[in-house]
Amino acid sequence: MKTFSVSKAFTALVLAGLVLLPLYSSLSGNIFILTLFTRIVILALAAASLNLIMGYGGMMSFGHAAYLGVGGYAVGILAQEGVGSGFIQFPVALAASAIYALVIGALSLRTRGVYFIMITLAFAQMAYYVASGLARYGGDDGLTVYKRSDFSGLINLSNRTQFYYLCLACLFGVVLLIWRIGNSRFGLVVQGLRSNEQRMQAIGFPAKRYQLVCFVISGTMCGLAGALLANNTDFVSPAVMYWTRSGDLMVMVILGGMGTLFGPVMGAVVFLVLEELLSQITEYWALIMGPLLLLIVLFGRGGIMGLLGRFDRG
Amino acid sequence: MAEPLLRVEKLVRRFGGITATDHVSLDVAAGELHAIIGPNGAGKTTLISQLTGHLSPHAGSVSLGGLDITYLPAYRRCALGLARSFQITSLLLDFTAADNVALAAQAHAGTSFRFFANARKETGLRDAARAALDRVGLLHRADVEVSKISHGERRELELAVALASKPKILLLDEPMAGLGVTESQRMVKLLQELRKEVSIVLVEHDMEAVFALADRISVLVYGRVIASGDPAAIRQNDEVKRAYLGDQHVVTRHG
Amino acid sequence: MLLVVEQFLNGLQFGLLLFLLAAGLTLVFGIMDLVNLAHGSLYMMGAYFAATFVAWTGNFVLGAMLALGATLLLGIVLEVTALRHLYGRDHLDHVLATFGLILFFNEAVRLIWGPAGLALPLPGWLTVPVPILPGIHYPAYRLAIIIVALLVALLLYLGVMRTRIGMLIRAGASNREMIGALGINIKLLYTLVFGLGAALAGLAGLMQAPILTVQIGMGENILILAFVIIVIGGIGSIRGAFLAAIFVGMIDTLGRAFLPNLLRQVLSSTAASTAAPALSSMLIYLLMAIVLVVRPEGLFPANRR
Repeated sequence: MKTFSVSKAFTALVLAGLVLLPLYSSLSGNIFILTLFTRIVILALAAASLNLIMGYGGMMSFGHAAYLGVGGYAVGILAQEGVGSGFIQFPVALAASAIYALVIGALSLRTRGVYFIMITLAFAQMAYYVASGLARYGGDDGLTVYKRSDFSGLINLSNRTQFYYLCLACLFGVVLLIWRIGNSRFGLVVQGLRSNEQRMQAIGFPAKRYQLVCFVISGTMCGLAGALLANNTDFVSPAVMYWTRSGDLMVMVILGGMGTLFGPVMGAVVFLVLEELLSQITEYWALIMGPLLLLIVLFGRGGIMGLLGRFDRG
Repeated sequence: MAEPLLRVEKLVRRFGGITATDHVSLDVAAGELHAIIGPNGAGKTTLISQLTGHLSPHAGSVSLGGLDITYLPAYRRCALGLARSFQITSLLLDFTAADNVALAAQAHAGTSFRFFANARKETGLRDAARAALDRVGLLHRADVEVSKISHGERRELELAVALASKPKILLLDEPMAGLGVTESQRMVKLLQELRKEVSIVLVEHDMEAVFALADRISVLVYGRVIASGDPAAIRQNDEVKRAYLGDQHVVTRHG
Repeated sequence: MLLVVEQFLNGLQFGLLLFLLAAGLTLVFGIMDLVNLAHGSLYMMGAYFAATFVAWTGNFVLGAMLALGATLLLGIVLEVTALRHLYGRDHLDHVLATFGLILFFNEAVRLIWGPAGLALPLPGWLTVPVPILPGIHYPAYRLAIIIVALLVALLLYLGVMRTRIGMLIRAGASNREMIGALGINIKLLYTLVFGLGAALAGLAGLMQAPILTVQIGMGENILILAFVIIVIGGIGSIRGAFLAAIFVGMIDTLGRAFLPNLLRQVLSSTAASTAAPALSSMLIYLLMAIVLVVRPEGLFPANRR
């Protein structure tokens, strides 16, 4: 890299921390931290996928948690029906998320602005109620996944460390993919559409087509997070799709820095660690978290990455 | 006479009770610079919007090279060789000048459903962008973010973007708008160069520029073409004189 | 027959309640261009205030009036201290900041009133069934809700359509610069509008309180419904909000009442009772999706160009 920068150094530090965490966990005997960070890594993956449409594509989806549910239920339902192989569960989870995103996206992209925010929210709520109505798969109470996805000995998801590294590898893979997409022809078109759709149409790009493909890629990535999450909690319920979950994901993206590559990862780590710490200090942690969010919106433009970037510019 | 490049026939567009485009017919031959003038509110922008596909006409037709494009969306028209500039500068402000132009080149260089290779390192696109920037004298600003360049430079960049899509015909919506005297002169010089390569429809308020550049002029008043002809004929036309010097109404819905 | 009339009235009552909530939301949205997710929290606060003040004063009507005043005040304080600074910002900022406020309000309520729900008992004179048609009785309280809500809707309509303030409000919804140019104190107008919206939400909350339990998070589901309503009705349109609210109230109530029996014809009894509420909730979102696909700006867009 060309020069030293605070944001790069900080990012590298956090990433190194994530890679070395299982080592710390086994040395210190702190198992809880590994469990916590597995969840953080999975939700960071979900946030990164949301950032692809929100930050790069300018599509403010308020229903992204629905994919966590779609991916999760794909795993849960298959497990319930006796299909335990991860080689089937995961592809099905991804395909189901992609199809869901294709349908939702095709309809939602007809609207714009705040109407888009609301229609994506409405579709996620629909998914939430569909899941609540699945009597065979637990309805409101959710579905217990008794056996984690089986990868025929290739990797053991019941082993904490192995599962953590699987999640981390998925996160890095997705971030790498988003990085490549961001600089590709496709990525430039999508970012151009965020910047000025009228101009992009005038130079010959059919806007909706590109936005829809971006929407589907993002939904598929988040479906992966959903499949991992169901394995992590051994449980999937309509609650993972509730609109406040979608709100949490949005907060992670904004907190970290929308449209930056590692922002959502930072956002997820900070948001969830903060939640954990605050809930240890006081039962009423949201009393602090709520106003904190308001302050971040009012004063913290650009999120954590924006803040770090300010150091670099002096 | 051969088939004109662009042909507009009996185009009608209404807004409530106002007929903003009232049976407008005009054509543009290959290699021609056809200017459209008219007082404020004459319906110039409404007409342009129908040519570019941002507005649908209520009746009539637009054809490009003999192909009916009346109801095609903007992006398809662009692919067929019709490029435009905007009256109010419309660029990707958070991209560099070179990116803006390269994207226009990219739109015409095969599929954009490529997800992995770094598009900013595609020499074909970058060279095309640099050539177009050079053409309008902006090469030295290639790597500057558009939000940081001046208004005059943005007007020139609009042209470079339009050129990069290798158009058969350019629709220029008041390219001189908001330019100072020297900037305007530079723009006129640039257009004089460009017209040798591409047909141009020019909507412009700056009469000096229009009469210096145009092969033909159509005068639009209250949505209707009241006169069409070469600059000398237009200068002599009584109805045009009346429209410009007589009761110069300002009608709503300009812009 | 009896059941049908009763459920129809229940639907009307729920729809009118939703209208009170949606009216405030759509005014704030249409005029200040503010997406206020915390609107549901004001609804919740109205209910908690009512439960507290009614227990305190021992008088239902007095307690309700105090609760209304308290929500109005809370709305004004909220606008002046926090939300005012969000005007002109991105919608996404609104969503996040007011999302934070929801967290705050839910937690504050848990701290003050405890995690368990409260009940708001009705006075005796409001519990008697009132004959509305020969042989058909309807609870007096629900009837009272319908009447109060209809009165408020009428006042709101007259206020917005006939008065000077209403004219300013409509002007603001379509032309922000104009009222500024007229030399009107926009800040004050905005605060008043927000306070009015808060009071309407509070009214909806306190009227709903005796029917449901007063509990944390009660504002969230209904907030989403209110958003669905203003999106269907067209943002900023009171008339659209009214029609959409009645429509949504009817679908929700009638769906819950009659879908289980309908489903039992095709499904097993347990499956039907799980699927029916989910299906009737879904119907509303389906309706919204259809409206937005056909008319991307809602049924009655306020700023028609």
